[in-house]
Amino acid sequence: MAGPGEGRGEGRMSEWEPRIVTILCNWCTYGAADLAGVNRLQGPTNFKVIRVPCSGRVSPKMILAAFRSGADGVWVSGCHPGDCHYISGNFYARRRFTMMRALFRHIGLDDDRLHFSWISAAEGPKFAATAREVIAAVRRAGPAREWGKTRAQVV
Amino acid sequence: MTDYTDRLRAAARRLLGEGRVDCFIGYRRGSLPLAAQPAILTRAEQADSLIWDPSCGMNLAHYAVGRADRIGIVATGCVSRSLVALALENQVARERLYIVGVPCTGMLDAGALRRRFPGREAAAAAYEGPRVTIAFADGNEELAVAENLARPCRTCAHPNPVVADEMLGEPVASPAVPAVPEEAAAAEARSAAERWAYFCEAFAHCIRCYACRNACPLCYCPTCFVDESRPQWVGKSSDPTDTRTFHFLRALHLAGRCTDCGACERACPLDIPVRHLTSRLNAEAKAIYGFEAGLDLEERPLLDRYRPEDLNDFFK
Repeated sequence: MAGPGEGRGEGRMSEWEPRIVTILCNWCTYGAADLAGVNRLQGPTNFKVIRVPCSGRVSPKMILAAFRSGADGVWVSGCHPGDCHYISGNFYARRRFTMMRALFRHIGLDDDRLHFSWISAAEGPKFAATAREVIAAVRRAGPAREWGKTRAQVV
Repeated sequence: MTDYTDRLRAAARRLLGEGRVDCFIGYRRGSLPLAAQPAILTRAEQADSLIWDPSCGMNLAHYAVGRADRIGIVATGCVSRSLVALALENQVARERLYIVGVPCTGMLDAGALRRRFPGREAAAAAYEGPRVTIAFADGNEELAVAENLARPCRTCAHPNPVVADEMLGEPVASPAVPAVPEEAAAAEARSAAERWAYFCEAFAHCIRCYACRNACPLCYCPTCFVDESRPQWVGKSSDPTDTRTFHFLRALHLAGRCTDCGACERACPLDIPVRHLTSRLNAEAKAIYGFEAGLDLEERPLLDRYRPEDLNDFFK
């Protein structure tokens, strides 16, 4: 994957479109994304969607891996607290994300790049609205240059 | 502080002699006069090798992990908190631990002393009450221990063991503890751009030796995330992003577990302020959840439990 800012010279800023990795829980927000599509709500094309069984499955290292691979923003979304398919996965996730976000801000990264939400499978319009909100925030933050790995990555 | 040495030796001799424990974990004089070495004794007659002075800074809880025998261990406030945290995570069994508690007045910052006397290597150190006399090849330096404490010791909120089977002395008063640790407070005063610049600069010299990870008693995973290869979360190189990823995730893995013993910072050969990250998380855990790690054997770790009414304000 291209590094951050690659092919986006300063003079071409107006052409820049944010790349956002979304990590969606299978039972709620993924369903909401589906519903938004079925309802023909206008969907932005900036998202790369990763489906996970539960927001409780999401580890901070996945979020950092997205940034390292050139994402400008990351958005994690799951079921509303109390509605987790696995009873309590999102409750544990919430504490983990709270600590991660605190550290993210502490080292000076822009929290416009990191988003969390709870969207149920019935909330198609909320999904579409939140997607617009996330894009606006990441656009505000601009191309991510902090965490992208610019040297060759050997796997 | 020196009279603790006699009481400590007596306790170890008694425990090993009576067969109360199979081993006793303490400190002995090593090759560095400002940093005591861990000692694991198995016979009562070895008890006289034990010492107790302000060079006993490393966290002994590390050596209790993974042992199947009955362990006697000398513990200050932070070591006892690490043991509690490890017991909660089933890494040590409380019933196989005999904790000899020592009220702690703080340990020396060996790294700062090294920097203070550049090019001079300490050959010996004599600890007498509140003062230490360091012998260099070109003369002696006498210093007050209290003025040369390691950074976490200067604002230690829990100098007395939180759990002990016997105590070697009366509890001591805690130093003045700021509501927000100094490292975290300093960061709060900076703008985001300044915080980023500070973070990059502070960790730029890291050589990824993982000494901070290895010194930490709470880092005991058989396979660390830095060693995982499929997928590989952190590159092996010294690429700045990989180094930052390592430190970010290492700190985050200690969220709600770190007892701020300073073992990481003490172990760093490049004097990187690694507590910059963990102390912030400790402050957040206390501010948001009212939680401090390792205080209570009945209380599950921070990230291993939840309340429905937990902080939710940044979720859309």
